[in-house]
Amino acid sequence: MSSGHYVEISHLDVIYDVTKGIFSPKQLVHAVNDVSFTIDSGETFGLVGESGCGKSSLGRAIVGINKPKSGDILINGQDVTHLHGQSLHAFRQEVQMIFQDPYASLNPRMTIGEILTEPMVIHNLYRSAGEREDRVTELLRTVGLKPDHVRRYPHEFSGGQRQRISIARTLAVNPRFIICDEPISALDVSIQAQIINLLKAIQKERNIAYLFIAHDIGMVKHISNRIGVMYLGHLVEVGNSNDVYFHPLHPYTKALLSAIPISDPDIGKSRKRIILEGEIPSPLNPPAGCPLSTRCPLADSTCREMPKLQKFGSHQVACHHINPSDIA
Amino acid sequence: MDTNNLLEVENLCVDFETDQGLVHAVRDVSFSLKPGEILGIVGESGSGKSVSMYAIMGLLASNGIIRNGKITFDGEDISRNAFPNEKAYLHSMNKIRGNKMAMIFQDPMTFLNPLQTIERQIMEPLLNHTSMTKAQARERALELMVQVGIPSPEKRIRQYPHQFSGGMRQRIIIAIALANNPKLLIADEPTTALDVTIQAQILELIRDLTRKSGTSTIMITHDLGVVACLCDRILIMYGGKLMETGTDREIFYSPNHPYTRGLLSCINNPEAEERELVPIPGSPPDLLKPPMGCPFVDRCEQAMKICKIRMPETSVLSGTHQSSCWLNEALRRQKGGRA
Repeated sequence: MSSGHYVEISHLDVIYDVTKGIFSPKQLVHAVNDVSFTIDSGETFGLVGESGCGKSSLGRAIVGINKPKSGDILINGQDVTHLHGQSLHAFRQEVQMIFQDPYASLNPRMTIGEILTEPMVIHNLYRSAGEREDRVTELLRTVGLKPDHVRRYPHEFSGGQRQRISIARTLAVNPRFIICDEPISALDVSIQAQIINLLKAIQKERNIAYLFIAHDIGMVKHISNRIGVMYLGHLVEVGNSNDVYFHPLHPYTKALLSAIPISDPDIGKSRKRIILEGEIPSPLNPPAGCPLSTRCPLADSTCREMPKLQKFGSHQVACHHINPSDIA
Repeated sequence: MDTNNLLEVENLCVDFETDQGLVHAVRDVSFSLKPGEILGIVGESGSGKSVSMYAIMGLLASNGIIRNGKITFDGEDISRNAFPNEKAYLHSMNKIRGNKMAMIFQDPMTFLNPLQTIERQIMEPLLNHTSMTKAQARERALELMVQVGIPSPEKRIRQYPHQFSGGMRQRIIIAIALANNPKLLIADEPTTALDVTIQAQILELIRDLTRKSGTSTIMITHDLGVVACLCDRILIMYGGKLMETGTDREIFYSPNHPYTRGLLSCINNPEAEERELVPIPGSPPDLLKPPMGCPFVDRCEQAMKICKIRMPETSVLSGTHQSSCWLNEALRRQKGGRA
């Protein structure tokens, strides 16, 4: 069942067993709950949400770090949840990941040259050591570092430069899909823009699809073609970035957007905020029905039933209380 | 010098002794704060924004040295060298901190004592600094918990920090800070560890509480959005130096310093029309060997010869707007030459 999308995720569930001790009752966290969406090749899909909403679990499930409980992940029409041997090896060349913390994701005992050569050796790319060396030099140039950096160690670089090295490492195997899990949130403001522009330039040149996971909606809107909003493991709204940002339909998206501090004093100080009461419920004990029902200003008895993701105009929204007049 | 100011900092210099040598973390920083004002201090990591506040509060790590600087708080000189010895300094700072001057820290998880109930921790500043009895202090603690929006305070007050979420812990820290109606509240990245919707709640709370009580607030942050939404006046720091100060509208709508302009062009304002981000090339200077001139010189597109050699004087652009950049001096001479 392929619909021509490059990545197709359907009814994905990720469940963690967090039972403590062997005699305690079983405790399960439903981190990703029945999530479906698609990404086209060369497209950026932004995934936003607050901590614990399952956005990182979802990204990790796609690369295979977490095993999904059920659901399908099709990449290029092929199901990647049950790969072994050769096909798993090939999949790992096609899909790569950039992590949040550039201080933890690079091996401190390897030089930059070794870090960048390792993926090529594992995937048996290029015939000779000389060719690989040329490729490393080219990669360093692509990400804006100097070729004579090859003999240095990660600790000699700043956070922004280390993130450039991680990007170069993912590019070493010529992937077609990169999962970026909060790639800029550990960096200073002036460096964030450098990395965002680098990711955009690479995408333009190589037609790579990105799944861009972040909590900074301003940046996600800037880099993404489409945005998905997650809350407590559920995908509550999906749409084109401008539609989702300027005409949000789901009450959670509306609250989330109104909470962003806008860097403009006139707008920032006068803007009305929709403050959601209370805190995010524990994922160990989520509310029955709609996950937002405990905090939602529109909640009533119909919300005890889980709303399905439905098409409204150009968006898909999971809410029982969509006002038809909101639809642009 | 204006005697109405609550806080005056003049020529503050702070160094740190490290294995690699002296790090000049804060270099010649001066500013003032009026009563009831919310001042934002913006800078990237290593700009010296937190260190300058820790120096004011006397909370520097043991390898930190205040080289120079006069700090006047509420009409009193509280610089280290205004006191005959370390003991007298600590004694007087202990009377001020948690009383007239309070601080909120970045990480609500590490600030609270995990072995003490919330009750004891909120009551501590009250019992230390006032003549309240335990019963009165408990009464006040409950009142504070209501003020900062913690539901069912009677039950919650007997609980321990691990029983609270991050946002709730930050509310408790705010309650502790506000216990003695401080004149000055210093908040060091109070919302960085929190989610956006919780951040909005906490910022709203800080704004309401300080406006009601007339407390002056210094907000240390790297997030220009937070500053735009909360602060009346803004200081921009870079490489241990003060680059530009002005009101919120002056900094955001008519920034003068190339660093401030660079900073604003590399953030995305999602409300505005979509545009390319223009990053600042390069990375911040090494404060072990700070440049002789302007710390921004290596990343500045408009750098001139003099920028490398000497730190520019502060140019006054309006009653509230000041900037330290040689371009202003060059412009002034050009105009003078024509006249």
